[in-house]
Amino acid sequence: MAEYQNIFTTVQVRAPAYPGVPHTDGQRDRIGKPIFSYWLGKIGDAQIGPIYLGTSGVFALIFGFIAFEIIGLNMAASVDWSPIKFAQEFFWLALEPPAPEYGLHIPPLAKGGWWLMAGFFLTMSILLWWVRTYRRAITLGVGTHMAWAFAAAIWLYLVIGFIRPVMMGSWSEAPPFGIFPHLDWTAAFSIAYGNLYYNPFHMLSIAFLYGSAVLFAMHGGTILAVSRYGGDREIDQITDRGTAAERAQLLWRWTMGFNATMESIHRWAYWFAVLVVITGGIGILLTGTVVDNWYLWGIKHGLVPAYPFEGVPVPDPASLPGAL
Amino acid sequence: MKVSIFSAPKILPLAAVGLAAMIVAGCERPPPDSEQRGYRGVGQNAYVNPRILAAQHRANVPPAVQPPAVPVPITAGTVYKNLQVLGDVPLTEFTRLMLALTEWVVPKDQWVAGQGCVYCHDLADMAADTKYQKVVSRSMIQMTQRTNAAWGAHVAPTGVTCYTCHRGNAIPKYVWTTNPGRAASGQGASGQNRLSAVPAFASLPYDPMTTFFDKDTSIVITPATALSPGWNDTINTKKTEWTYALMMYMSRSLGVGCNHCHNSRQFADWSQSQPTRTKGWYAVRQVREMNKAYIWPLNDLLPASRKGPLGDPMRIGCETCHQGINKPLFGEPMLKDYPVLGQPSPVVVPTPEAAPEPAAPAAVQTDAEALDAPGGKVTGEAAVQEGLM
Repeated sequence: MAEYQNIFTTVQVRAPAYPGVPHTDGQRDRIGKPIFSYWLGKIGDAQIGPIYLGTSGVFALIFGFIAFEIIGLNMAASVDWSPIKFAQEFFWLALEPPAPEYGLHIPPLAKGGWWLMAGFFLTMSILLWWVRTYRRAITLGVGTHMAWAFAAAIWLYLVIGFIRPVMMGSWSEAPPFGIFPHLDWTAAFSIAYGNLYYNPFHMLSIAFLYGSAVLFAMHGGTILAVSRYGGDREIDQITDRGTAAERAQLLWRWTMGFNATMESIHRWAYWFAVLVVITGGIGILLTGTVVDNWYLWGIKHGLVPAYPFEGVPVPDPASLPGAL
Repeated sequence: MKVSIFSAPKILPLAAVGLAAMIVAGCERPPPDSEQRGYRGVGQNAYVNPRILAAQHRANVPPAVQPPAVPVPITAGTVYKNLQVLGDVPLTEFTRLMLALTEWVVPKDQWVAGQGCVYCHDLADMAADTKYQKVVSRSMIQMTQRTNAAWGAHVAPTGVTCYTCHRGNAIPKYVWTTNPGRAASGQGASGQNRLSAVPAFASLPYDPMTTFFDKDTSIVITPATALSPGWNDTINTKKTEWTYALMMYMSRSLGVGCNHCHNSRQFADWSQSQPTRTKGWYAVRQVREMNKAYIWPLNDLLPASRKGPLGDPMRIGCETCHQGINKPLFGEPMLKDYPVLGQPSPVVVPTPEAAPEPAAPAAVQTDAEALDAPGGKVTGEAAVQEGLM
């Protein structure tokens, strides 16, 4: 019983290293002799390599490295290149976007120009990595589901950092590159636009995010629970339903009256995950461009619960006609 | 191939215990007390840790009140020269205030032969304005009187005395000067993203005081309309970060959370705010006035040790009086024992032989007089008109 609850993989299959299926591109781009790692085998496949880079992969890494360096060196410059301060304040440091007065113009390097460059290279890197994800799927003859899921995440990234700032007419509306700074930006963004929790697309995004976590646990739990009956052959059991699928589905039918199938559960998981970022991106895109204050928008549409205010409401002092 | 990099198994539990201890050491010992401040179930609660509160109570005990003065018909101005403030105060009450003021402001290590007078006064001529400390004191007495008389919307009924800020220190413990930032390279000159206690260790701007207390920068950020009327230049996320930083500074200075004043579901909405928010609104404008009318004009007199790295004077902020407590000194009404600090006293014209008045305090006098004009109480409208917004 206990072995099924183990957090680590209990079975490590060891066979001669497998270089991968033959494909139309030939094997020329596969680099390195495979090695085996016992410890990585605890959480995944113990075989490491061969790896594939290709043109898009190489340029994605180069552009990503450039962005990483621009951000890191700007952070280092902001503490006057002190390694101690850099380590001490690392979580606080950031590369900030240009100030509002620059609008969509290109500012001097130290006043947001570096941010634009870092954003450009990071975006190129991510887009090239997407190309790589797509093209590898085609070459391997598998579906492009992963590439489109990745594209959904890129949609949210582009909305936050590029599309919305352009629509707002100011780079300053984009977030900084930094650990705490981008979190503080998020909190400030919500307050500036009247509380993002009243944004229905933000609500959907959160529902899909938490829902994804629940689905993930439900599916993982179900399959582990029936793997003793061959439930780990879940894709086979889409069409060739064995006792594992029967038992897993009966469990859910008995406990909640409805069950997914070996096929549909993967569609549930896929769409819950990609809808997190698709709905989130729509919510951000509408903020400040269409809706200025989500709380007031919520009042207008009956979304905000009313509850008694205890105490005497205070007026805005700026509106008082000379009263103390 | 079972060679493990974790082959020192005894180190691991020790490291885990050490790490856990480090994490736990950063926490307050539970449980906190909570007080409901709004409708049930909506999180309008104030949390106070009774152990921290007890320590704060021990650290915020006001000094014993000076024994009452014997009433005399003579005013201080008829006996002493160069009394530009407090000239109409009875002589004995004046002496009593000087004793109190010495105890409040002059550190004990500056006392000479059991007396602290020499910190401000030239013993050869007590009336002379030769020491900058004396000129500063005069201005600070005027500021205290002005605060109690005009800014009741913030400080009444408790009022303030010198002790509210000074607590036995020549310079109050929690003052601020403009933070020039640290990057000589010019990179990262965003005024934020540094490790700083001012915004309560957020990466928000580390010097919101210069922006909001030296200048009349508007704090307002949240739009008052649901839908965007077009391109709205007045709201932006960066500006919000500055207001946010100021609010974090206020929150930390007063030892309170957001909902001490606001309903966090809509910070901007006054109709859901606590009356304390009104006090804060006046407080921001009062602090601006105190710095502009009373502190900045003294800057030329001050030695470099009383200035910040940019040569600006040490100034007043929320923390200067509050010192981590919602009501300074837990609301101890010290002012009632020193009523002369409650109202501006008529200006006694200096006698001709008095030392010539330095330019800076004269400017203070003028500003204070203008502000002390009849009906000089600060109201919302008046504050807007005077540009104190």
